[in-house]
Amino acid sequence: MAYVPLADQDDPHALHDPHSFITKYVWSQDHKVIAIQYGGTAIFVGLIALGLSILMRLQLGFPDSISWIDPAFYYQAVTMHGMIMVVYLLTALFLGGFGNYLIPLMCGTRDMVFPFLNMLSFWFYLLSVIILLASFFVTGGPAGAGWTLYAPQSITAGTPGSGGGMLLMLISLAVFIVAFTMGGLNYVTTILQARTRGMTLMRMPLSIWGIFTATVLGLFAFPALLVSAIMLGFDLVLGTSFFMPAMMQLGEQSTQDGGSPILFQHLFWFFGHPEVYIVALPAFGLVSDVIATHARKNIFGYRMMVWAIIAIGGLSFLVWAHHMYVSGMNPYFGFFFATTTLIIAVPTALKVYNWVLTLWQGNIRLNTPMLFAIGFIFTFVHGGLTGLFLGNVIIDVPLADTYFVVAHFHMVMGVSPVLVLYAALYHWYPKMTGRMYNETMGKVHFWCTFLGTYAIYLPMHYLGFLGVPRRYYEMGNTDFVPATAQALNANITIAAIFVATAQVLFFINIFMSLRKEKDAVGNPWGATTLEWQTPDTPPKHGNWGPELPTVYRWAYDYSVPGAKQDFIPQNEPGEEYEKTFHTRGHS
Amino acid sequence: MSQSEAVANGSPTAAGMTGFVQDWKADKQTYHVPWGKAMMWIFLVSDTFIFSCFLVGYMTVRISTADPWPLATEVFALSFFGSDPIPLILIAIMTFVLITSSGTMALAVNFGYRRDKRKTVMFMLFTAALGATFVGMQAYEWSKLIEYGVRPWSNPWGAEQFGSVFYMITGFHGLHVTAGVIYLLIVARKVARGDYDKKGYEIVEITGLYWHFVDLVWVFIFAFFYLL
Repeated sequence: MAYVPLADQDDPHALHDPHSFITKYVWSQDHKVIAIQYGGTAIFVGLIALGLSILMRLQLGFPDSISWIDPAFYYQAVTMHGMIMVVYLLTALFLGGFGNYLIPLMCGTRDMVFPFLNMLSFWFYLLSVIILLASFFVTGGPAGAGWTLYAPQSITAGTPGSGGGMLLMLISLAVFIVAFTMGGLNYVTTILQARTRGMTLMRMPLSIWGIFTATVLGLFAFPALLVSAIMLGFDLVLGTSFFMPAMMQLGEQSTQDGGSPILFQHLFWFFGHPEVYIVALPAFGLVSDVIATHARKNIFGYRMMVWAIIAIGGLSFLVWAHHMYVSGMNPYFGFFFATTTLIIAVPTALKVYNWVLTLWQGNIRLNTPMLFAIGFIFTFVHGGLTGLFLGNVIIDVPLADTYFVVAHFHMVMGVSPVLVLYAALYHWYPKMTGRMYNETMGKVHFWCTFLGTYAIYLPMHYLGFLGVPRRYYEMGNTDFVPATAQALNANITIAAIFVATAQVLFFINIFMSLRKEKDAVGNPWGATTLEWQTPDTPPKHGNWGPELPTVYRWAYDYSVPGAKQDFIPQNEPGEEYEKTFHTRGHS
Repeated sequence: MSQSEAVANGSPTAAGMTGFVQDWKADKQTYHVPWGKAMMWIFLVSDTFIFSCFLVGYMTVRISTADPWPLATEVFALSFFGSDPIPLILIAIMTFVLITSSGTMALAVNFGYRRDKRKTVMFMLFTAALGATFVGMQAYEWSKLIEYGVRPWSNPWGAEQFGSVFYMITGFHGLHVTAGVIYLLIVARKVARGDYDKKGYEIVEITGLYWHFVDLVWVFIFAFFYLL
């Protein structure tokens, strides 16, 4: 029996607006409300993670100045900061937040294909956050074995939070994975099966490509985390020995033996490395759209960009053990994984070149989203280059578990995606709220954040070269670390406090702007993609009024010679100015 | 889908590579299937990763443990009325039941597309009954093993990982079968009520996809636990 695509169906639910406050804002099935619920929750836990990082920095910069930060709390702060940032903030905000908001709008559909499942996804996510935060209040405190939760350390008595805190962490992760699966199935199916007339895959904005590929990665990578969480939970609660080798514990032979600790690391990083790209690919996509829009130029090499996203996604499943060079696995694996790791640099570098070439000869507007986007290119190149160091076994071995690693992954996976998040939040804020943010405050926020993060992470590379180990509560009397390292640490801490404080500007900006009268026009940036062409701003339930849009061109018709404006929306009929290289001057 | 079917269905899909390219360069939708079916396929691929990780974990701990691995033929043997223990007899029956349920499910899908509501419901219920039988026999097997002293953390014959992976993986599979039985019953009830008379019976096929997947996984679990 033939199946009629959504865009060709009569519209059954176009005008079924939810009316009561509860159905509109609480138990909402509208993708835009769910997106904001996801985003708000993610930013809230992100602030907790930020607070924890400041507490860690205070201990490192000014040892023992705060009496209640003891070693146990320090390790718990490390663990919770890492886990919250990677999973509960970045994954949730990019995919649950921006994925939810942009997929139906950019693809020209009225909502996700299964709105009820989408709503459940958010509520499960909220549940996982509540379980995670509950672990702060159990006996022994939250998990404290580092965000990688390496067994047997993480569940051995004596590790902070190895009892209830660890159990709650594992349960919370499992619930998060359920939530992600429900959302992710929706995102992938919506992108594949519910696009509007004329929206072919190769006309989709790169944001959608990034979110799509990242979601597919998530659906294939989170299973490994789920399995390792279940096994680790059984080791903890039932006394099984999946990951527990024979060992002496408190002077006694432990009852659990015969397990494989390396297995945990393999499972964890089979999730953990794709997870890096689950965060990075949506960032790549969003930043491409922000850059093209504000440079008033088509994205350079659109097809290359799409294939690079897919190549990175595929390769990301073949590199995981580069996190394990010093774990004691077979040394031949190191050779294989170093090779794949360096290969993945090729499509990644290609993307960076294309962003720079998009900027080249563009009519660049240096407004807040664009500043954050350009800042991202800097921090990403920086973090990517240190990645080349760490990807090589011979260089990684001395640098493993030093501050060089901390600096590397914070530049490439912490700061870079967060800069994109800010770029995207400022860029789409007028569409989400119908109001413009304060440009001056936004720019001040950018410069404080951008320069501040360099003040934090550049010196950390140097600390790493000195051999300062990461995850140490304090250095004590260590001969190879000069006393000046402490001065550097104090400086880093001051910079960190400065950057954290500067984030207040962002919140003042978005909340003050919310109190204004609606002043944003539907398409303030002159952007081509569909979400800027909605009849209402912010878009109403159902997004498009009575008729779905029809797409006639790709997403990057900027500065087309002879056109009446310097952009042509995707839904404007006419000849397609297809994907040819074009700069101002050369037409 | 063969080309003649595709033409009969009014779907523009051509055969082979051409059809593949056409699907992926099309607008509106990539596959000419309902959303639910596309979503179920993607979910099943994701679920495949879960079971693969479990099985890889099983193989790894089986290699890493220093203690001998219990012999499947001795552990999974059952004696009837005082006879000599017959190896793998229960599991052979369980596997037979589950594979049979795939057959009845396929019949239900077939009758669904013929819009024979009564027979569709009948075969779905029959499938659910076979599934429930499977879970019941699994519970019996578990109770026997518990009686013999097999625990997740120890067992009388050797490596403690035997019990851990056995209970974990067959339990996880059993949960899938249980969920499938509930899913079948819900869909069968809605079919009987006539909910799909207008929309079409694709939902029966989607349920079937899940059911066949659970069967397929069992084949692997059966091979890895009982034969190796």
